[in-house]
Amino acid sequence: MPTFNMIQALNDAHKVMMARDPDVVVFGEDVGYFGGVFRVTEGLQKQFGKTRVFDAPISEGGIVATAVGMATYGLKPVIEIQFADYIYPGYDQIVSEVAKIRYRTAAEWTMPMVIRTPYGGGIFGGQTHSQSPESLFTHIAGLKVVIPSTPHDAKGLLIAAIEDPDPVIFFEPKRIYNGPFDGHHDKPVRPWSKHPASEVPEGHYTVPIGKAAVVREGGDLTILAYGTMVHVALAAVEENGLDAEVIDLRTLVPLDLDTIEESVKKTGRCLVVHEAPRTSGFGGELVALVQERCFYHLEAPVERVTGWDTPYPHAYEWAYFPGPKRMKRALEKVMAE
Amino acid sequence: MSDKDPDLRRNAPHLELHVPEPAFRPGDTPDFSSLYIPAAGSAPRPDTAAPAAETHPLTTALVRVLGEDNKAVGPWDPKLDADTLRKMLRDMVTVRIFDDRMYRAQRQGKTSFYMKCTGEEAIATAAAAALSAEDMHFPTYRQQGLLIARGYPLTEMMCQIYSNKGDKLRGRQLPIMYSDKKYGFFSISGNLATQFPQAVGWAMGAAIKGDSRICMGWVGDGATAEGDFHSAMTFAAVYDVPVILATVNNQWAISSFSGIAGAERATFAQRAVGYGIAGLRVDGNDALAVYASVKWAAERARSNHGPTLIEFFTYRAEGHSTSDDPSGYRPTNEAKAWPLGDPIERLKAHLLAIGEWDDERHSKMTVECDEQVRAAQKESEKLGILPQQGKDDIGSMFDDVYAEVPWHLAEQRDQAVAEGGE
Repeated sequence: MPTFNMIQALNDAHKVMMARDPDVVVFGEDVGYFGGVFRVTEGLQKQFGKTRVFDAPISEGGIVATAVGMATYGLKPVIEIQFADYIYPGYDQIVSEVAKIRYRTAAEWTMPMVIRTPYGGGIFGGQTHSQSPESLFTHIAGLKVVIPSTPHDAKGLLIAAIEDPDPVIFFEPKRIYNGPFDGHHDKPVRPWSKHPASEVPEGHYTVPIGKAAVVREGGDLTILAYGTMVHVALAAVEENGLDAEVIDLRTLVPLDLDTIEESVKKTGRCLVVHEAPRTSGFGGELVALVQERCFYHLEAPVERVTGWDTPYPHAYEWAYFPGPKRMKRALEKVMAE
Repeated sequence: MSDKDPDLRRNAPHLELHVPEPAFRPGDTPDFSSLYIPAAGSAPRPDTAAPAAETHPLTTALVRVLGEDNKAVGPWDPKLDADTLRKMLRDMVTVRIFDDRMYRAQRQGKTSFYMKCTGEEAIATAAAAALSAEDMHFPTYRQQGLLIARGYPLTEMMCQIYSNKGDKLRGRQLPIMYSDKKYGFFSISGNLATQFPQAVGWAMGAAIKGDSRICMGWVGDGATAEGDFHSAMTFAAVYDVPVILATVNNQWAISSFSGIAGAERATFAQRAVGYGIAGLRVDGNDALAVYASVKWAAERARSNHGPTLIEFFTYRAEGHSTSDDPSGYRPTNEAKAWPLGDPIERLKAHLLAIGEWDDERHSKMTVECDEQVRAAQKESEKLGILPQQGKDDIGSMFDDVYAEVPWHLAEQRDQAVAEGGE
């Protein structure tokens, strides 16, 4: 089984699906000849030709809109928005069109498309290359929202997203493209090759959308995380000597609530973790669901570890990022009562 | 002290903000005598494979075919046979009668909303005639003529307007936001101009697959101000897309005249120049000119010579919708003063002038169209009108959000059904 980093795994998913399905087309800014600024689409144009993999104008609204037209025609567009921070010019097309077309045409037209976009901070990208806008999409009826945290899941989830009959917003945690991140920014980057989830099966396989993964079993508390924060949470558990159950949500919509409920009822404590700002973040939804389903099993208030409600500040990146210190404080708090 | 204190720079000339105003407001006497209207037949017709620049003089001209004597004149005369002309006339008359009946139905409380296209009937019906039935349209809310010209059942349209049991969109969409895949009519969006770049995307798909069908996108003059207009033009130009991009300039966006969308500076057709694509400016009340221009752009697209932006110059003779009263912002008699006339009267006069029509046949046809519309209305109302809807099958509102109903929607559906819609 080959060992891939997340970029190679995503690239491989494209190759598998473009070979299997002649209706898959890939476009976005710099994705063609060059293969994308993060190299996810490298080699695709050479292998599959210029009319299936091509560069798009710097027009996220136009990229999403023309993908809508192509999906209406019968193609399966897999488009790249170069940074999640750039997705807003396409937001009207995503919210009013992509998400609603199945509904408003009573399923005569559907939108089987994938909108891939790197998100999150920790790369000194400043406020326009670091945002985590997932809750702006989880709020929209008609969209599915997927966030992988390992090369294995990245490939399997992207294949599942391309095969899905509904539109999927596919957020890629760019901080962990090249290696998992424990939250200690001053330590050297560990490559994916040392992580078991870098073993990626060849060819076609899927990781189901709507299914979370228990990435660490434990009895002290349940930690709900996704993307980069899965690895930050796992490291914090070890550093604080806790026996926590860590759930990688993998899909935010539709959410795997059964897995969450089962775990929280077992542990009686819950910590919700994301990099996005706190107010109206997806964590708020998770806390509400946990208290609705597990209130009488809870031994302490559900805590949140999040980014701050500020823009992502360049020089203060590590004061913003929900790293080991914020994790430690929250873990102590949720375990204290 | 603040940045907006003009005293800070009192020795420099004060700047002025220009806010466009239409020529006439309520109480004024509309006078269009200074409007530049080139004579019918005066516009040259470039070869459909000509470089885009050859069309650019036409972006400030006006392609017109029907002359003062009601005969077809000049290089744009599409030389249509009388049957085709009569079919176009019939479609236009049907659209107008349909609009009147549905406008009245809204006033009678049978539905919530309606939008007429009075004065603009030639544009959609002649465009439909010029394209193949397999070609795709991404319309706005004022192209009901496309459906009617393509023979779409009037009862289907009315059932949608009533959101009743026969509504194929299951009561989810505002009246007139039709959608039909088989008839090549994409779902209308209330978010304006979204469909314009989508049309480009559909045509890109057709080109990727080596199809022979083309696509026509539609937008109003007001919505050309949206970023989506620019996206559509950019993508169409970059990939030389086989698409026809139509701007229906009816001069009014609810209460804002076309100057608020930039018409004081350039024609809408002139926008083609900056993108380097073909552009035509066409008398939208001249069915033959509309037909000829769409046919020209279609030939150009089908032979891989690229996209065309067409401005159909017309006048919105009535309110924006049933929710609008234009007497609040323009003279009530402005439509009558509009010098390019009524498209139905002009095509009728042409058929009379060439000896292919008479008043008796016209009256007979009008009665037939009226009966057809009335019969469809009767039929559709059997399936209900809006005030009776939204009470049965409440669970259906949770269908088609996704291909499969996820758990959270299933839970909400159970609750909604239990509430019973109250």
